[in-house]
Amino acid sequence: MSAPLAIDVHNLVKRFGDKVAVNGVDIQMPYGQVWGFLGPNGSGKTTTIRMICGLLNTTEGEGTCLGYDIAKESREIKIRTGYMTQRFSFWGDLTIRENLEFVARLYQLPKMKAKVDETLENLGLGHRQHQVADALSGGWKQRLALAAVTMHKPELLLLDEPTAGVDPQARRDFWDEIHHLSTNGMTVLVSTHYMDEAERCDKIAYLSNGEMVTKGTVADIIDRSGLVTFTAEGDGIRELAVLLKKSSGVEHVAYFGSALHVSGMNREHLEAALQTSALDGVSWKEVRPSLEDSFIALMNSSGEDTRMHQ
Amino acid sequence: MILLASLRRVWAVWLKELIQMRRDRLTFGMMIGIPVIQLILFGYAINSDPKHLPTAIFVEEQTPIVRSILQGLENSGYYEIILQTSDPEEGQRLLASGKVAFVVTIPPGFTERLVRGDRPQILIEADASDPSASSNAISRARAIIAGALKRELTGTLSYLAPTREAYDLVVQAKYNPEGITYYNIVPGLLGIILTMTLVMITSIAMTRESEKGTMENLLAMPARPLEVMIGKISPYVMVGAVQTCVVLIAAKVLFRVPFEGEMWLLLVGVAVFVIANLALGFTFSTVAKTQMQAMQLTFFFFLPSMLLSGFMFPFRGMPEWAQNIGSVLPLTHFLRVVRGVMLKGSEFADVRDPIIAMGIFAIAVSILAMLRYRKTLD
Repeated sequence: MSAPLAIDVHNLVKRFGDKVAVNGVDIQMPYGQVWGFLGPNGSGKTTTIRMICGLLNTTEGEGTCLGYDIAKESREIKIRTGYMTQRFSFWGDLTIRENLEFVARLYQLPKMKAKVDETLENLGLGHRQHQVADALSGGWKQRLALAAVTMHKPELLLLDEPTAGVDPQARRDFWDEIHHLSTNGMTVLVSTHYMDEAERCDKIAYLSNGEMVTKGTVADIIDRSGLVTFTAEGDGIRELAVLLKKSSGVEHVAYFGSALHVSGMNREHLEAALQTSALDGVSWKEVRPSLEDSFIALMNSSGEDTRMHQ
Repeated sequence: MILLASLRRVWAVWLKELIQMRRDRLTFGMMIGIPVIQLILFGYAINSDPKHLPTAIFVEEQTPIVRSILQGLENSGYYEIILQTSDPEEGQRLLASGKVAFVVTIPPGFTERLVRGDRPQILIEADASDPSASSNAISRARAIIAGALKRELTGTLSYLAPTREAYDLVVQAKYNPEGITYYNIVPGLLGIILTMTLVMITSIAMTRESEKGTMENLLAMPARPLEVMIGKISPYVMVGAVQTCVVLIAAKVLFRVPFEGEMWLLLVGVAVFVIANLALGFTFSTVAKTQMQAMQLTFFFFLPSMLLSGFMFPFRGMPEWAQNIGSVLPLTHFLRVVRGVMLKGSEFADVRDPIIAMGIFAIAVSILAMLRYRKTLD
């Protein structure tokens, strides 16, 4: 092991009673990168993040975050990380300014007032600073939360589904901010369900049923999925979709606009299936599988759908 | 059909509530616990005819007649002679500090003057700051002494016994001579109000955070448990200060309750009491999972505080086990301080013990709160 790692955890296990939320997760994340944390709901993303920043005790496993032991030095970790919770967790009955001031005071930031003014200015919320945080829309709440958790210039930023339920423009603005922070040297681990967001990350880690199924760059994951994908265009693709969903050799079928994506793990079986259900007026073309194709294949192959067990 | 569908929904809700109720152990426990405790308290603990009131005697002669009078007082069950003193000052001190409820003084030469038919005096000084505690004992005193003398004054002395009392019983009701009940109630109310509001406010301090989801954020930030606790309870010290002012002004202006003692001493007592209550509320908020549970815990604490502290009923009228429970409650000690300082003009030495007791309570529950406080979401 050469370069020091921002997150270096081994075999993290978390059990709640007899339910296993996280089952042996390893993460070795270098400084300065942006990593995406993906996986279906209930796959253990939030639990893993909470263990990394010392909000949950681990059942098994150990490791360091920013060089500090996650079990024993959680206070040091808390000082140096910014953690943005999945649910808006700032105080809705405090004003925007009061929230920022509270955080600034808790981290004992020097020149607190100037710092808060600057943050409000960057956020573009200067004119609304005296409104209560509950009055903000979802997108603004997320931006406020991001501003609040980065005010103390953390080395590591942990974002738990920061853009869930946020409109596309606000999401784009949010990601611009994440990349801006990353350019200034912040390490970012962000969990998400959005494929376009995943594609903006340096690396992706995919969790399912509390286990790390795969990790790597977007290209790595697509290559490693071993998926073969064809697109079909033309009239009759709807009938085709119904037929293909029942065929063996077809992993999944999905619409992308007017085109149909048909993917399978085995080229021969897939092509055989396509030939038997060929229709007139439908043209076929092989394409590189998208990240979404790969993930859906991953979800299907990593056993049962964990979304049923929440 | 509409009715049936409606009944089905009612059934569904009923089942769901039943399941939830069973899972919520604390609420379930309190639903059972509160009626039981109320029954026990109202049924057994409350005694408006207190007996075995601690009594000091100051007697300067030992004659069969004097012994018989003292015996009679004790046999009545109202007076329990715990101390015989030869120093009149000591009797006064004991009365002021509340260690005794009565001082009975039989002057020297009592027997001789009685036999001579001079109608000598017997003095009973009573702590009347809580009139209901002492009034029955006082009103029985005359009959008790008459009965005792009747047994003694027989034979050659029988001529002294019948028609008219051969002695003069003087009762001095101290600290609240008119026996005005609200003199006792109003200072006590200060304690009740502080207990009720402060415990309740702080008991939801942490539960509100976990219910609104802000707890996770708070824990993710580098704040230590004690910091959070002090930060959360100290604003309410001011609330306590305002309430104290309101009650003291009302006591003076509306009820004209005398204020015999020193204001600073009262404020020291109030400060310790307020901190004890806030710490307790915070402890509740680390135990309760929801704000609702926190409220229930508050009420659960408030009930015995009101009933067993000596606020509603005389402390000494309760059986020993109830007094033991009462002794744990900060309100019991606070009542001694506030009544002592306001009505009796108690000095620091008189109220030192109750103040220390409240302080110990505050420290103990704070330690408990720190042990209960979770630094993680586990």
